[in-house]
Amino acid sequence: MSKTIIPFGPQHPVLPEPLHLKLTVEDEVVTEVIPALGFVHRGLEKLSEIRDFHQMVQVVERVCGICSVIHAMCYCHGIEEMMGIEVPPRAKFLRVIWSELHRMQSHLLWLGLFADSFGFEALFMQFWKIREKVMDISESTTGNRVIVSVNVVGGVRRDLNSEQISWILTLLKEIEQEISALKKTLLTDYTVTKRTVGKGVLTKHQAYGIGTVGPVLRGSGVVQDTRTLGYAAFNELNFEPVVESDGDCYARTKVRFRETLQSIDLIRQAMSKIPNGEINVKVKGKPQGEVVSRVEQPRGELLYYIKADGNKNLDRLRIRTPTFANIPAILTMLPGMYLSDVPVIVLSIDPCISCTER
Amino acid sequence: MFTFTSNILKNFLSQRATRRYPFETRSPFDGARGMLLNHIEKCNLCSICAVKCPSQCITVDRKASTWECDPFACVYCGICVDACPESALYQKPEYRQVAEKREMISLKGEIKKKVKKETDNGIESE
Repeated sequence: MSKTIIPFGPQHPVLPEPLHLKLTVEDEVVTEVIPALGFVHRGLEKLSEIRDFHQMVQVVERVCGICSVIHAMCYCHGIEEMMGIEVPPRAKFLRVIWSELHRMQSHLLWLGLFADSFGFEALFMQFWKIREKVMDISESTTGNRVIVSVNVVGGVRRDLNSEQISWILTLLKEIEQEISALKKTLLTDYTVTKRTVGKGVLTKHQAYGIGTVGPVLRGSGVVQDTRTLGYAAFNELNFEPVVESDGDCYARTKVRFRETLQSIDLIRQAMSKIPNGEINVKVKGKPQGEVVSRVEQPRGELLYYIKADGNKNLDRLRIRTPTFANIPAILTMLPGMYLSDVPVIVLSIDPCISCTER
Repeated sequence: MFTFTSNILKNFLSQRATRRYPFETRSPFDGARGMLLNHIEKCNLCSICAVKCPSQCITVDRKASTWECDPFACVYCGICVDACPESALYQKPEYRQVAEKREMISLKGEIKKKVKKETDNGIESE
């Protein structure tokens, strides 16, 4: 059979973001994949030359349309480390609460989109219906739904009162029940297992070797979660990284599903341990030096390299997003798979192309 | 097989999950950050908001005594509201309505007192 080249994306019904893959197929089996990126490059790193280091918090929040809190948190950790600022304990716990809420809404969004990628629209609607409750918590506590702007260098901008905490705990109980009710469908339904089990297998050795991060790496059996480093207040909370060993699309789905429930548990723990006190400290001076800051985003490890030379503008800001590390995984998983499985496998890494291109 | 049937039956018997927008709208949350407005009678035209704004949507002209904001460039972060020393800026919980034309918010104010400039070593008079 002769080779045929099929373009996949950047506009494709199943893709939420513009990723272009040039697929070489032989008799409906993919033999080679060449990715093409750069459709949504915005030059946000370059903006650090004209925006001061305080304003860059709002800029880096816009790197990713889904997990703004975690980007801002990573940047603030870097600047705070460079300037020697000690963030108040309450602010650390609040950062954990909002970052875990964001992990939840990102995973729920992905679980819905993933169900949609293999045609299970009813499940997609159910997950997005649950996600709305998380968005409501986000809007009422921070002021905005997605780009929440709560982190600043030196702490956070908003506080939670006891009424809000008890309201969030009630809603979390409902959310937990609703997510658990979908567990049987997501993990045992014939439609789901038929389309995901054994598709896009990435062995433990391969996953580690090509440098994947986050749920892709943990779905292949490698225990690696940046939260275990104990940044913000994670060192005071009890949790174990969620790991599955099969390395296929089904394992990655299970990892994200279990992580959503884990996030609920982490928020509860953080709310029970949150101390009273200040939520931010006044920042004086300008950053100088260089620092690497790492946090765990819903898609994996996020890395910021910040270099400053004592001016209000940064010298260099480099952002390595998790999808950038996970794109080689697509190229390893796709050869040998049927063309009809490509959308499912591509979505299984949870690609965030806007993040990758910055 | 048929793991979703009970859920479908439950959805038939329960209320609709969606609203009939735009006839039915949800009231905004109290702390929501919506459109940016300025009590110009309180404003001292100190231009701290213009300096702090990450999207540079605010322009203050102290000579012409004007405060201008491009609502289409505003990113609703509320940094200017937090920074305003006179508490003149505020955000309504409602979002800005869709518009046919791009219009700037232009307000005429007056300078009431000397502006204090914030520096790294504290606050100095200009």
